[in-house]
Amino acid sequence: MTYLAKPKLHHPSLQRNGVGFTRRDYEGAVSTLCAGCGHDSISAAIIQACWELDIEPHRVAKLSGIGCSSKTPTYFLSASHGFNTVHGRMPSVLTGANLANRELLYLGISGDGDSASIGIGQFVHAIRRGVDMVYLVENNGVYGLTKGQFSATADQGSKSKKGAVNTDAPVDMVGMALQLGASFVARGFSGDKTQLVPLLKAAMTHKGAAFLDVISPCVAFNNHPGSTKSYDYVREHNHALNRMDFIPARAGITVDYPEGEVREVRQHDGSMLRLRKLPSGHDTGDRVAAMSYLHECQARGEIVTGLLYVDPEAPDLHAHLETVDAPFNTLGERELCPGSATLAKINASLR
Amino acid sequence: MQPTDIRNPQYFHKVVDCQWACPAHTRVPEYIRLIAAGRFDDAYLLNWDSNVFPGILGRTCDRPCEPACRRGRVEESNGEKPEPVAICRLKRVAADNRSEGIEARMRARLPERIPGAERFHIACVGAGPASLTVARDLAPLGYRVTIFETDARSGGFMRTQVPRFRLPEHVIDEEVGYILDLGVELVGNHPIDSMRALLDRNFDAVFVGCGAPRGRDLHIPGREEAKAKIHVGIEWLASVYFGHVTKVGRRVLVLGGGTTAMDCCRSARRLGGDDVKVIVRSGYGEMKASPWEKEDAEHEGVEILNWLNPKAFVHENGRLTGMWFTPMRAEQSGGGRKLLPTGEPDRFFECDEVLIAVGQENAFPWIERDLGIEFDEWGMPKLDKLTMQSTHPRVFFGGDAAFGPKNIIWAVEHGHQAAISIHNLLQHEDIRKRPPPLTNLVSQKMGIHEWSYDNDISPDQRYAVPWAPKEKTLKNIRQEVELGFDLPTAWKEAQRCLNCDVQTVFTRDLCIECDACVDVCPMDCITFTVNGDEAELRTRLTAPARNPEQDLYVSEPVKTGRVMVKDEDVCLHCGLCAERCPTGAWDMRRFLFVESYAGRGEEYSALPLKKKVAA
Repeated sequence: MTYLAKPKLHHPSLQRNGVGFTRRDYEGAVSTLCAGCGHDSISAAIIQACWELDIEPHRVAKLSGIGCSSKTPTYFLSASHGFNTVHGRMPSVLTGANLANRELLYLGISGDGDSASIGIGQFVHAIRRGVDMVYLVENNGVYGLTKGQFSATADQGSKSKKGAVNTDAPVDMVGMALQLGASFVARGFSGDKTQLVPLLKAAMTHKGAAFLDVISPCVAFNNHPGSTKSYDYVREHNHALNRMDFIPARAGITVDYPEGEVREVRQHDGSMLRLRKLPSGHDTGDRVAAMSYLHECQARGEIVTGLLYVDPEAPDLHAHLETVDAPFNTLGERELCPGSATLAKINASLR
Repeated sequence: MQPTDIRNPQYFHKVVDCQWACPAHTRVPEYIRLIAAGRFDDAYLLNWDSNVFPGILGRTCDRPCEPACRRGRVEESNGEKPEPVAICRLKRVAADNRSEGIEARMRARLPERIPGAERFHIACVGAGPASLTVARDLAPLGYRVTIFETDARSGGFMRTQVPRFRLPEHVIDEEVGYILDLGVELVGNHPIDSMRALLDRNFDAVFVGCGAPRGRDLHIPGREEAKAKIHVGIEWLASVYFGHVTKVGRRVLVLGGGTTAMDCCRSARRLGGDDVKVIVRSGYGEMKASPWEKEDAEHEGVEILNWLNPKAFVHENGRLTGMWFTPMRAEQSGGGRKLLPTGEPDRFFECDEVLIAVGQENAFPWIERDLGIEFDEWGMPKLDKLTMQSTHPRVFFGGDAAFGPKNIIWAVEHGHQAAISIHNLLQHEDIRKRPPPLTNLVSQKMGIHEWSYDNDISPDQRYAVPWAPKEKTLKNIRQEVELGFDLPTAWKEAQRCLNCDVQTVFTRDLCIECDACVDVCPMDCITFTVNGDEAELRTRLTAPARNPEQDLYVSEPVKTGRVMVKDEDVCLHCGLCAERCPTGAWDMRRFLFVESYAGRGEEYSALPLKKKVAA
């Protein structure tokens, strides 16, 4: 952290995007997290992704719970809507907001404490309902704000900064998200923005519940030998499934790859995910394969990163509930309160 | 790219753009910090060590530091008008606010006398800034220095050509006085007309600092016939100084586009010229005068006309009535550029008086050509550029006499170097041996978010120096135009300085590649990427490195095999990278580079100031 605000001066070549903003316009207040925190890198990746996607900041709602990770929405997109909920209650507030106005982009920012412990029930149900959102877990395996106790995602056998060994089995949020029916599941690493930014862009343009687990080392309490969430450990054990290029809907497709090397996924909004397969040969369209591949890698002690699974055509919560297209705030009194005759009709249909 | 070797002091020296650009390598950021701290004496003395004439230069310097200043580049596309820090005018603030008893502190900074030095006698020809610098550097060591000057008083061009509305005489008197008070002998009204005679007087060394005293003339039709109202600029300015000229015709044409032309036109405005035009052969942008000099002249109602080549003076029976000019254009030919007539009809301008300011020439008629002092085909002395020594081992040149007209700050630097050479010569040292600069690199960290310098970047635009009202300045040629910054404005202007001497130093072994520095850097200066050759690397950084004049700072490979690349070009030196770095891989360290002067060798220290006497 720093006491100084970042100077407003910027590089002379700083570009404006399609909606007239520079990357600096997507920044927030100066971070008060510890120096070197992986979460700050994730904030920078979100800023980069939103700028590259030409997102208008006022069309974004960022929601979070409690914890280091949940503080970060202050540090990006200062011109967006924000909601800091009670601990672990971000998913239900997000679900409600999404039901009221489906036209915003929902960023649910959470951490391993907020989502894998106190909020695990909320996490589970928001994912299985298919809420159209980006659910991002900034996963560092410790409770940073309370000085580094193991969190529920800490690996069994990993060591705390003081040397204590974790005896509990970890909650695997990626595995849970796959099992619960998330239609976009990926894992990133805060120390690799070339991978993280395209994953974020794909998740933001995905329609449906997009779950993104980002391993984000806690420099203060979980970046030592014996930790499995340190910069060094993650770099040594990183198993990248694929390299992804995100091609926006408006861009023409210019490069041809030999068949078999590239798999393209056309998303709901017309954008294209071009996956350059690394030797794994993993098929991102197969949920069962994704789950078993994840577990195989886990058994080998590898950390899988990249896009594990995507279903570009999955229906979301609005489709399940057959809700009205227009946001509530654009509806008039007549639509919102259709009168006692309509109520009587509904009641009659339920008898 | 190869990893950057920051042990080479020139690497970080170059990052301090202002100091690097200054011929005398004055430590600009350091004195600006001293001014901001209200330590005007310290700021003045730091300048005095390095450039000898802070009060004079704070008004008249050509300021090569300002176009080089990083602030001008970082403000590009960030505001209305990118401008460097007003370095020169801040120097004047130090001079204006120094205390009365500063001479005692000056003397305390001087090196010890060298036993036996009084046996040596050094002659300086001309009492301008170059000779005075030689005297300032050598007299304290105990050498006897005698300066011969044609005029009665010392100062040279600074006194006789630079007009009083830019440089009041008391400023010259004070700063020249400091030097003469060191025991330097000034022999005024004493033109040197024979080098042979001078050498015959058995001086141990002779320094020629006589300037480029001859103004170039313009031999075109009508010059002879109308000569009564046609003057060579620098001679005319001297006549104004001596009071021989007190008025000028109503309509005046000034020919030429340099500093002398600007001084001529502005002087003419004060002596009765109410229609003054500067007419230049080439374009506005390529005029030798600095942008601010042109602005000052135009502010006073002088009209500048470009692309007009003087063709003829027109007169009626010897009375000047006007001038013909040929419209010109530039054409690229081969490597150079040629000026060609456009073919448009010639233009006529009426006038009552013409001032010719088309350049100066060196003239050494008083140096006999058989003394062993060799001259080149342009009549300039053959010199060793490092030592300023001529082909005669005891004769040295400096200032405009050395390489043609330059400026005061170059004259000072020539003086420093010649003084080192003369000292070496007299002490039987290798004459090309230069005393090493004092260098140092020290962390400025005071606490977790605390640095010994003010790292909060001021968003302010450059402050303008207040001027005396035009009605007053145009009536009195001795009324100084610029009034100097008041202290609150000086402080605000000083805060614009980016402290480029506080360097970002990267320690590869401490880096954990968390990207915090990359994310926080407001100017996108830092990148971690795979190495490549420089031209290619410059294109794929966080922000493109488009200024090839500015170096890339490249580390040894970090753990992932990538390298850290920092583009020095627009770094704010705000220290946010170091504040965000969890491991201290980035640190802000003040880089000290102090030029050394005659007699101040390896033991020379910039701060305790007095050479320690061996016990």
